[in-house]
Amino acid sequence: MIGISSAAPWIPLLILLPLMAGALSFLFGPRGHRSLLAATMTGIWFSLIRLILDFENAGLQHYPIGGWGAPLGIDLRADGLSLAMLGMTATVGSFISLYALGYFAGDENRGIRFWPLWWLLWGALNAVFLSADLFNLYVTLELLSLSAVGLVVLAGDRDSLAAGLRYLLAALAGSLAYLMGVALLYGAYGTLSLERMAGLFRPEPANTLAASLITVGLMLKTALFPLHFWLPPAHGSALAPVSALLSGLVIKASFYMLLRLWFEVFPSALTEIFTQGIGSLGAIAVFAGAWLAFHQEKLKMLIAWSTVTQVGYLFLTFPLAAASSTSAPAALSGGVYLAVSHAVAKAAVFLAAGAMLKVTDEDRIDRLEGVGRHLPISLFAFAMAGVSLMGLPPSGGFIAKWLLLNAALSSGQWWWAAVLVLGGLASAAYIFRVLRRCFLPPREYAAFHPVPLVMPLAALSLAGIALALGLAAAYPLRLLQTGAPLLLEASAPSTVAP
Amino acid sequence: MTFDDWLPLLVVLSSLITGLLIFFVGEEQHRTRSWLNLIGAVAKLVLVGIMVWGVFQRHRYETRLPLLPDQDFVLRADAMGMLFVGLSSVLWLLTTIYAIGYLEGSPHRSRFFGFFSLCVTSTMGIALAGDLITFIIFYELLTLSTYPLVVHRGTADALRAGKVYLQYTMTGGALLLVGVVWLYEVVGSVEFTERGVLAGVSVVDYPDLLAIFAILVAGLGVKTALVPLHGWLPVAMVAPAPVSALLHAVAVVKAGAFGIVRIAYDVYGVEFAARLGVLGPLSWVAGITIVYGSVRALTQDDLKRRLAYSTVSQVSYIVLGIGILGPLATIGGVVHLVHQGLMKITLFFCAGDLAETLGIHKISEMNGVGRRMPWSMVAFTVAALGMIGVPPVAGFVTKWYLGLGAIAAKDYWALAVLAVSTVLNAAYFLPVLRRIWFLPASGEWPKRERDQLETRPTLLVPTLITALLSLAAGLFAGSWFSPLGWAKLVTAREYVS
Repeated sequence: MIGISSAAPWIPLLILLPLMAGALSFLFGPRGHRSLLAATMTGIWFSLIRLILDFENAGLQHYPIGGWGAPLGIDLRADGLSLAMLGMTATVGSFISLYALGYFAGDENRGIRFWPLWWLLWGALNAVFLSADLFNLYVTLELLSLSAVGLVVLAGDRDSLAAGLRYLLAALAGSLAYLMGVALLYGAYGTLSLERMAGLFRPEPANTLAASLITVGLMLKTALFPLHFWLPPAHGSALAPVSALLSGLVIKASFYMLLRLWFEVFPSALTEIFTQGIGSLGAIAVFAGAWLAFHQEKLKMLIAWSTVTQVGYLFLTFPLAAASSTSAPAALSGGVYLAVSHAVAKAAVFLAAGAMLKVTDEDRIDRLEGVGRHLPISLFAFAMAGVSLMGLPPSGGFIAKWLLLNAALSSGQWWWAAVLVLGGLASAAYIFRVLRRCFLPPREYAAFHPVPLVMPLAALSLAGIALALGLAAAYPLRLLQTGAPLLLEASAPSTVAP
Repeated sequence: MTFDDWLPLLVVLSSLITGLLIFFVGEEQHRTRSWLNLIGAVAKLVLVGIMVWGVFQRHRYETRLPLLPDQDFVLRADAMGMLFVGLSSVLWLLTTIYAIGYLEGSPHRSRFFGFFSLCVTSTMGIALAGDLITFIIFYELLTLSTYPLVVHRGTADALRAGKVYLQYTMTGGALLLVGVVWLYEVVGSVEFTERGVLAGVSVVDYPDLLAIFAILVAGLGVKTALVPLHGWLPVAMVAPAPVSALLHAVAVVKAGAFGIVRIAYDVYGVEFAARLGVLGPLSWVAGITIVYGSVRALTQDDLKRRLAYSTVSQVSYIVLGIGILGPLATIGGVVHLVHQGLMKITLFFCAGDLAETLGIHKISEMNGVGRRMPWSMVAFTVAALGMIGVPPVAGFVTKWYLGLGAIAAKDYWALAVLAVSTVLNAAYFLPVLRRIWFLPASGEWPKRERDQLETRPTLLVPTLITALLSLAAGLFAGSWFSPLGWAKLVTAREYVS
């Protein structure tokens, strides 16, 4: 196992605790879930808060596993970006767990299979955000994808099995591309460590090919247009807490890796064609996704397509951050903040939708009339989180849009500003398509199953956090910007160029 | 941090907390809800009273919280903001009482009053915002919190109106956001400052500043209902009467007009704006809107639609006051923020009284209604005469100062606009007054018991109070505590250097 070195154990604990909980949840039956959840969540939050405090005092945190440092052993590392992503995972994960307690209350059969997979997923997410070398990233990402596929097929119906298979193939293809890229880079430089690679990397043709392979693989996992085909069926057909996990957290892991690699390791290979190109794909995703979301008949499919648009937004970070050294900090903070706000808001929307579906058995949008009469809290959560998805204030989505708009205009790229603003209006169109239904006179539902109160409350809490992110942005953004190798590198990309 | 540092935030929170609590009040607990509403409204009025007195004595109230690493969330009480805060807090109390009476027995009242309070919260935030980013936060919150009020009835018409309303206001909000971000890029952080902050900007940026001004005014012009961005306002008439009153008199159109006031005076500074050459086009747009709104009002038979077009026209008096350079016109424009609010809310209250009590929605049904509902119709008459500009009602004061300002600035065409508009105002209000008082009653109305009021007291009392206030604002215009006195104070702080 892992030896305890002089460094504080918070980093490995963040990975080990969920993995241990996953193993234990096999042993305990359904009765143990509650206490296991309480213990593990406390542990994770305690470790995370201690890690953040250490980071504030001493800056970048390293943890050599087993006492062996980077060249030989495995090095774990936490900077501002990692902490932001860990915080996002812990927040969203905690509320989804509470929701799942209620969701699986009458369905032990699925619950037994849900918990181990979810703990495994949580551990994998934390491991991705703490990994400091290319191969470790591969292993953790693979673990993440496999547990995510397992969660999709948990629904057990035809749709979800087909979607799960498609997701599995896409995820494996993505991993393969990524692994090939890593192999090429290892061949060229003989190291896998991100920090060493960053000092050595030169944009020669072979390396550019490697970087492209890695990028395509990760784009496939993040579901950027046109590689998004697997996402809507998988996210739309999974169980509600699973959809929330997938849309909120899982795709953020591969996006995080893209940011990490391009702005810490390969910034010298950032060309205008690449950044504008990837931004254009993002723009297409924003509008095509919004159009498709608007024309969905089922509520969960609408939300899944909305994820495609939001992923498109995320990729606008590339052209905005790479354009000039002045726009880079705003663009990168904006991009990361968007990822975090979207995670919180999208999870809230999926959880709220899940509560509505479970109560009424209706998944068609045009049968939502007066659903607010029966589920006022869920509807309110949906609306509040919708505000963040539209990028309207006060919400985390607005702060992110503000930062990205600043970056767009300060680097003179008004066309991205147009995409940001028009995309927000397009998102408003599909969100209000759902909300306006709820003002119609209430109708009687064929079926009516009351749900535990914890479900709507978890959705409401996440939605409240999505709005609070718009008022208390100063601290997380400062955390993101202090001692982050990512942003420091990015603010001076020209010094790395040959 | 002292009490003074928290006072602006408390004013905003007083209605926010009320609103959030109301969402959790059960649909049937009417007494609890009414008490919550009234306590919130009165508490706010007291806090605002303290603040008005302090601002008069040049006391500084400012809440400053970190929003972004280099950007604060600023709420500040200054003379200009207090004019709007005072108006909203007085009218909120009255509209709340009115709405409690108006919605008696209708469904979804918790939802209604919850969003109603959120709407007032945003108005307060708009009035107290100390910089543009804080302003935007509340400006967009206003859009979101009024939507449920517009579609409240849940009919097909209401949903369509809500859709149109959102299409207009969200596009406007997006434009505003672009303008504000661009402005931040050009000049760095922008806080509202009396006499503006842009005078020192280098000449190189002048073309940018011109474009930004156009974008900002276009964005704000949607809510201000400047022609051709006014299309949502007449459609939004399907909302319940207290909502229309709120939309027209206090919240939405005023938020837009107030935003333009802020941009012109506290960001650009009027003198700089005049040097930039943006005031001329602004006043032309205002002039066109004034005349166009009045002309369209002439042909409307639906009472609320006629009032809506009248709003389109009247709100642009404020913009006209900004567009004409000089302290006199400024006084006229700024004071109309309050005067139009008082008179228009009276008219909408009366329209609601008629609809609720007698089922009258159209002007052609109003024959002889003065004998059935004399008090309400007296209120209506006072406000309508005020709109025309008959002394001593408030509207006269506005027109007087705008006219003086136009002469002082040698903008004689503006004088012509005022004259034409006054004739048109008379043309669409006087026939209504004639129907009310001089034509024989034609409708079959519910009979009135001997010892009963003409309508519910909760409807009648607010109507009479606002009518009295619009009369008093004109009668006591010379005293320091009148809206005019306060507008003079604002103007003195905007011009004296």
